[in-house]
Amino acid sequence: MKAVISVIGKDHVGILAGVSSKCAEYGVNIIDVSQTVIGGMFTMIMLGDIEGLTVKFGDFAEKMQTYGDEIGMVVRVMHEDIFNSMHRI
Amino acid sequence: MFNQSDILETIKMISEEHLDIRTVTMGISLLDCSDSNIDVSCEKVYNKITSCAKNLVSTCEDIEREYGIPIINKRIAVTPIAMLVASSKGDPVKYAKALERAAEAVGVNFIGGYSALVQKGFSAGDRELIESIPRALAETSHLCASVNIGSSKAGINLDAVAMMGRVVREAAELTADNSCFGAAKLVVLCNAPEDNPFMAGAFHGVGEPDVVINVGVSGPGVVKAALEKSEGMNITEVADLIKRTSFKITRMGQLVGTEASRRLGVPFGIVDLSLAPTPAVGDSVARILEEIGLEECGACGTTAALAMLNDAVKKGGVMASSKIGGLSGAFIPVTEDEGMIRAAESGCLIIEKLEAMTAVCSVGLDMINIPGDTPAEVIAAIIADEAAIGMVNNKTTAVRVIPAIGKKVGETLDYGGLFGFGPVMKVNTASPAKFISRGGQIPSPMHSIKN
Repeated sequence: MKAVISVIGKDHVGILAGVSSKCAEYGVNIIDVSQTVIGGMFTMIMLGDIEGLTVKFGDFAEKMQTYGDEIGMVVRVMHEDIFNSMHRI
Repeated sequence: MFNQSDILETIKMISEEHLDIRTVTMGISLLDCSDSNIDVSCEKVYNKITSCAKNLVSTCEDIEREYGIPIINKRIAVTPIAMLVASSKGDPVKYAKALERAAEAVGVNFIGGYSALVQKGFSAGDRELIESIPRALAETSHLCASVNIGSSKAGINLDAVAMMGRVVREAAELTADNSCFGAAKLVVLCNAPEDNPFMAGAFHGVGEPDVVINVGVSGPGVVKAALEKSEGMNITEVADLIKRTSFKITRMGQLVGTEASRRLGVPFGIVDLSLAPTPAVGDSVARILEEIGLEECGACGTTAALAMLNDAVKKGGVMASSKIGGLSGAFIPVTEDEGMIRAAESGCLIIEKLEAMTAVCSVGLDMINIPGDTPAEVIAAIIADEAAIGMVNNKTTAVRVIPAIGKKVGETLDYGGLFGFGPVMKVNTASPAKFISRGGQIPSPMHSIKN
């Protein structure tokens, strides 16, 4: 099972490093990253393998959101199934 | 890896365009709770609901957190209570109190099914239940009531229609100090669906499984946002755009429904792919119609635009889900739709236009504030007109009007929350008393004889 982690906000140093180490802390293995910065706006989508997740999915989502607040970014963690259902037939 | 723009589109739909699951509704059959002693019967009702739905709210909250999709309401729909009154006799309000207690115990937002199905006549328990509705709604806060007074197959029970005119008035009168809220929790239906997850008309039909999960999606804001990019498209292309958007919304409903059903160990019933508006800015069906090209909702062309919208929503939705049911289409509740409220306030949207719109949308005259001195027979005649549209067109129609006790045309009645607020709208008061008092049954139309 995989989680889609999206990070959106004003670009600054250390976003990728910070989010990845937070993921590692909860046992989430990052398997893909795509990132763009347009006009100073940072958008990153990460795909994380959650097989080794050390806390409940909902708790992980909340922790990441809180971490996002701390660094001034909007961080969302959503189960991959929602994107599979909405965008694939 | 997913397409980045797909992911961002979904996130935008949820965070900016009010995409949500409006309700996960657990349908529970109470047929096995019936007892000749009403107190025993009520106890069985309470026990069955609290045991079946004990994990409903927490499971939905888990799904919300994992998928990042808001689930606004968690609800319960039960077997029409008139069927239990038939064998237990006694004061039906006892059931209302038992349902209210059960709803509070499991933490749901609403419980529906204080209902009677009388389209072809009254059976034991029906009259008692209907007469008790105003009291039941005044003495509870989570309970919703509905009465089916007509169908394409049976015709329209005019005795029940007359009765409901009085009941709607009384429901408002008994709750006059609380924005006449009783009447907002009561709907009178023709061709009521048995698997509708939306309130106030939700009940658990007798042909349904013992326990079932039904899901109602929302999403007017998403359709509106998609249409903002429709400049230069012809109406066929606009319909196609709505279909594609509706597909995505419904897929989300299907996912949540399947997941809730799996986790609760309860069969998955249906997705009701309705566009259900809220009073929040950007979550309005009226604004969709305006985006299609009307200066204001209620203008000439509104009915045609709504017909197209309603149809496109269904076509997009049916492919997205294996099980579609309930009302499925576009809702037009006036006080629950920011654009409708504005249009009603400006005088562009009038009741007669709304009536025409109900011939092509998925429900009927919904959440409309009418003057407090509207006579019962006028309300009954509004119900009869609406039921006739449903009966002849083989569709569900409903009436949820709220007599604003003590208020006149132009004054505002405010309910708060999802129920919203709105102006008191003008009603034609030429008397239909003689017609309504005739009683009897309006025969079903010729085309109902299909066998």
